[in-house]
Amino acid sequence: MDHATQLRSATADAGVLLEARELSFAYAAGLPEVVRGASLALRRGVLAALIGANGSGKSSLIRLLGGIARPSRGEVLFDGVPLRSLEPRARARRIAYVPQASAGVFPLTALEVVLMGRSPYTSRFRFENERDIAVARDALAAVDAAHLAARSVTELSGGERQLVALARALAQEPECLLLDEPSAALDLKHRAGLVRHLGRLRDERGITALIVTHDLQLLDPAFDQVFAMRDGAVVAAGTPAEVLRDEVLAAVYADEHVRARQAFGRTFVWSE
Amino acid sequence: MLLALVLAVSTVVALWAGYAPIAFADLSGDEMARLLFFRLRLPRVLMAGMVGASLAMVGASLQALFRNPLAEPLTLGVSGGGALGASIAIAFGFGAKVAGVPFIFLAAFAGSGAAMLVVYRLARTGAVVMPGALLLAGVVLNFVAASFVVIIQYFTDYSRALQILRWTIGSLDVVGFDLIWRMLLFLVPGWITLALMARDLHLIALDEETAESLGVNVRRSERLVYAASSLIVGVTVAVGGTIGFVGLIVPHAVRLLFGEDVRVILPCSFLLGAAFLMLADAVARTVLGVGELPVGAITALAGGPVFLWLLRRQQRLAAM
Repeated sequence: MDHATQLRSATADAGVLLEARELSFAYAAGLPEVVRGASLALRRGVLAALIGANGSGKSSLIRLLGGIARPSRGEVLFDGVPLRSLEPRARARRIAYVPQASAGVFPLTALEVVLMGRSPYTSRFRFENERDIAVARDALAAVDAAHLAARSVTELSGGERQLVALARALAQEPECLLLDEPSAALDLKHRAGLVRHLGRLRDERGITALIVTHDLQLLDPAFDQVFAMRDGAVVAAGTPAEVLRDEVLAAVYADEHVRARQAFGRTFVWSE
Repeated sequence: MLLALVLAVSTVVALWAGYAPIAFADLSGDEMARLLFFRLRLPRVLMAGMVGASLAMVGASLQALFRNPLAEPLTLGVSGGGALGASIAIAFGFGAKVAGVPFIFLAAFAGSGAAMLVVYRLARTGAVVMPGALLLAGVVLNFVAASFVVIIQYFTDYSRALQILRWTIGSLDVVGFDLIWRMLLFLVPGWITLALMARDLHLIALDEETAESLGVNVRRSERLVYAASSLIVGVTVAVGGTIGFVGLIVPHAVRLLFGEDVRVILPCSFLLGAAFLMLADAVARTVLGVGELPVGAITALAGGPVFLWLLRRQQRLAAM
């Protein structure tokens, strides 16, 4: 971290890592805005979720937060610094983004894919060195996928592919992970496993993570923060206990049949 | 290393083979042999190497850019566009130059660029590009371009029409060192641009959003690859006609040998492409005994089955 960054982050709210201020975004000029004045503050070192109905702008918002897309209005602050002032490769060393799972076309090995996460650290004409390979193998091991290293990604199951994508993001050695619907393609066991991995990364490495999910059962008690979107804006934010309530969810999903009940130390959510 | 060796051997073989085999020992003494060798055969083999290297490198780049193993200058219609541009130039007369640059280069470059633009637009309309749609568009572009070429042939005089016909199938017939220098002036910047893009293409081949999140400016890389590819294909088509499938066979052979890393595939395709087209051209020159086949016919004969095999393999993967 250079001196200027240090100064600025000292003046910013020390507890907030990633902040969105009144973001708006449309895919092209003339098209309707999919994000409309969305604001949120993601605290450092937490596991957080972004929920909301289909088409509410979750994926677009997380792409804005990751710097993959630029907001038409508003600003993203990362560690107190405007995100757009970061050079893309410098940004990639601090924020890792995992898009919705895609199968891929070319039969790269899992290790080759994870090594791509090292590209923000290597120069244009260098291949990855010993340390990069060690980091990549460590990243695979951190998500219990070391055994997949030599397998071709086109042959992996959806769950295995998700783990490889997560390992690729970890290989970037980021402070912040942004995942777009990582649990969508996963079965019961792998969903729980993914949340366990993210919790462990938070506890052991202090990695902040924000995931887009429809899986409301996962949130309590594993998550620290929940943001709920409706019509392109963040309409509710807080702990899972604060957001997972009948009246809040009814407003978020525009569905008065949603119920949230606590039992066995967790919150169950369903729609009648 | 291995590929450099393959390239060296191919060069020697290609230099030796011909309607009149030249014994290398004769070069020191025989005046006729020397003339034949340095004036005709050497430039022609060099030309084959340059064109082959170019097409293979462009093919490998486009496959990564579109995440489509079946992409190459011919299947995407880029060659067709270039051929149309070049035909127009031939119909108006070979000799014309604009600021020292042969008109046919510029016309072919414009044609490839236009075709590339259509493909680009198509690829950009949705978030997802259907691999089939891309190739279909390429086929249609080729058809449209070919129809225009036929119409042009109809309206030009006999000798020029024959010139166009001979040249559209792809041949490395026309040659001289002068032309080689002039081509290199265009090809080298194109080659360098693609080589500089190798790392970005490696990441884009996985998926665009991931590449963007890893710090690649995807739009910029994409435009540079389009521009460099159009330039390279335009110039090679202007000189050699549409020599198809080199950009398909060679990168896939490299993949089988060295794996899927685009940073490896690009330079290796460059070397192997050169070797491949030199040999294909040597076959084209010698197989008939008297006279010669257009080299485009040889590469198409070799490339068609490879394309079908890849298609079958891809369908099996998609079914899985």
